[in-house]
Amino acid sequence: MLEIKNLEVGYGSIKALHGISLKVPEKSIVTLIGANGAGKSTTLRAISGLLRVRGGSVTYDGQDVTNMPAHQVVARGLCHVPEGRMVFANLTVDENLRMGAYLRNDRAGIAEDVEYCFQIFPRLKERIDQPAGTMSGGEQQMLAIARALMSKPRCLMLDEPSLGIAPMLVRAIFEQIVAINKERGITVLLVEQNANLALQVSQYGYVLETGRVLLEDTSESLRKDPQVREAYLGD
Amino acid sequence: MAQLLQQLLNGIFLGSIYALIALGYTMVYGVLRFINFAHGDVFMLGAFAGLYLNKLMGPVLAAVPWPVAIGLVLLLSMLICATLGIVIELLAYRPLRDKPRLNVLITAIGVSLLLEYTGQLVFGATQQPFPALIPRTNVGGLGGLTVTTTQVLVAITAFGLMLALRFIVLKTKMGLAMRALSLNPTASALMGVNNSVIISFTFGLGSALAAAGGILYASLYPSIEPFMGILPGLKAFVAAVLGGIGNIPGAALGGLIIGVTETLVAGYSQQIGIPSGYRDGVAFVILILILLFKPSGLLGKVEREKV
Repeated sequence: MLEIKNLEVGYGSIKALHGISLKVPEKSIVTLIGANGAGKSTTLRAISGLLRVRGGSVTYDGQDVTNMPAHQVVARGLCHVPEGRMVFANLTVDENLRMGAYLRNDRAGIAEDVEYCFQIFPRLKERIDQPAGTMSGGEQQMLAIARALMSKPRCLMLDEPSLGIAPMLVRAIFEQIVAINKERGITVLLVEQNANLALQVSQYGYVLETGRVLLEDTSESLRKDPQVREAYLGD
Repeated sequence: MAQLLQQLLNGIFLGSIYALIALGYTMVYGVLRFINFAHGDVFMLGAFAGLYLNKLMGPVLAAVPWPVAIGLVLLLSMLICATLGIVIELLAYRPLRDKPRLNVLITAIGVSLLLEYTGQLVFGATQQPFPALIPRTNVGGLGGLTVTTTQVLVAITAFGLMLALRFIVLKTKMGLAMRALSLNPTASALMGVNNSVIISFTFGLGSALAAAGGILYASLYPSIEPFMGILPGLKAFVAAVLGGIGNIPGAALGGLIIGVTETLVAGYSQQIGIPSGYRDGVAFVILILILLFKPSGLLGKVEREKV
């Protein structure tokens, strides 16, 4: 469904990605793991059109979306939940969700999806009229995911959904990520520093190191791989 | 007492015009984080658009009742200036969007000078009488107050436009996107918002309000020239800072405060010992005070520096 080939991205004269290739099959959960600065977020930002790609290609749903402006990428059903959540702090939860549905005009469908979001994240319903910036980090992450769901994506890219969030909420959020994938058939590309968690919920994984793919395999095999265990799973 | 009321009323009439201009400064700051110093000149062009429309459409305007005539002139001028604002952003500011903010600020000053001196070239440098679009009759007399039809209409139009803006910003999809963009342009793009379209829309909206301000101002002080936008523009900028730059209700409030204070100082100049010629300085004293004691403005939130 999503395929990138030899992706090269740089900041100024510094190259951040040295030709990364990966495939995300339809309805799967694929994870990118790796240390800080390995290029995980850069990869997502390049796919969603926030960064300019210098070389290689991004194909989504059989179409070339390389260097397409971010707002057009979303319109094709590929939605990026950025690192640091980026909820609209002064807008209410309800307004944030309506921003998620910005490109849609089907009132009934939007109302239905708001209900779905409240069903998977009941806390959001309690806080519907509260400014998003006043919520806890975990709640903001829930809102960021819910807001992305409002765009009716077929593929969701999540950047560090566990970052800076209370462990109890991390569990709740990851359960819902799996549920979204199973119930709604939404493909997920998950970037995580918490490799343990990421390899439990995903089917396939890529290990990134300094802008290159170091290893790739099914998540099950990666979990058993001695190199991965030592470097990323803390054994 | 009557004199105080009279001065307060006069201040509100003037302040409502400052408020209209201030809204444009604050909205553009909201989406682009820079001060559009050419905004006061768009206000001037609004007045001139009114003048020329009145000349061109003379027979048509004479045939319809005067409220329709002024409505027509007002709307067309707003439309012309909205287009102009969008073109200015497109040609002068958009190419600099990813450059340091100082570049675009200096460009704005350049655009301002360009509009002023092109104005001199095209319209002439002398004062020109602005046509009486609104019949100048007294409606007041209540308790010794003098209020003219012009003043009442200025206030009604100004407040009407502010309510319309409030509706657009709070209740429409465009308005929601404007607020989202001003909070986080990256996130709004990821939601499918074409930020450039929203920025153009914001410039159009702000410029339309400035044009309305220009026509209302010229109706109150019916003598216009190409440099007429400088002082009201600067005062409206102060109003926007006073209310909290980027804050829309703040800009309206700031405009009213500047208008009222300025009128009071001029009206009571003998009692307080400040010559009335200093009325134009009032706004800037307020600017200094607000920057010293509450730099975030009356309604503005303190923006934490991101590290």
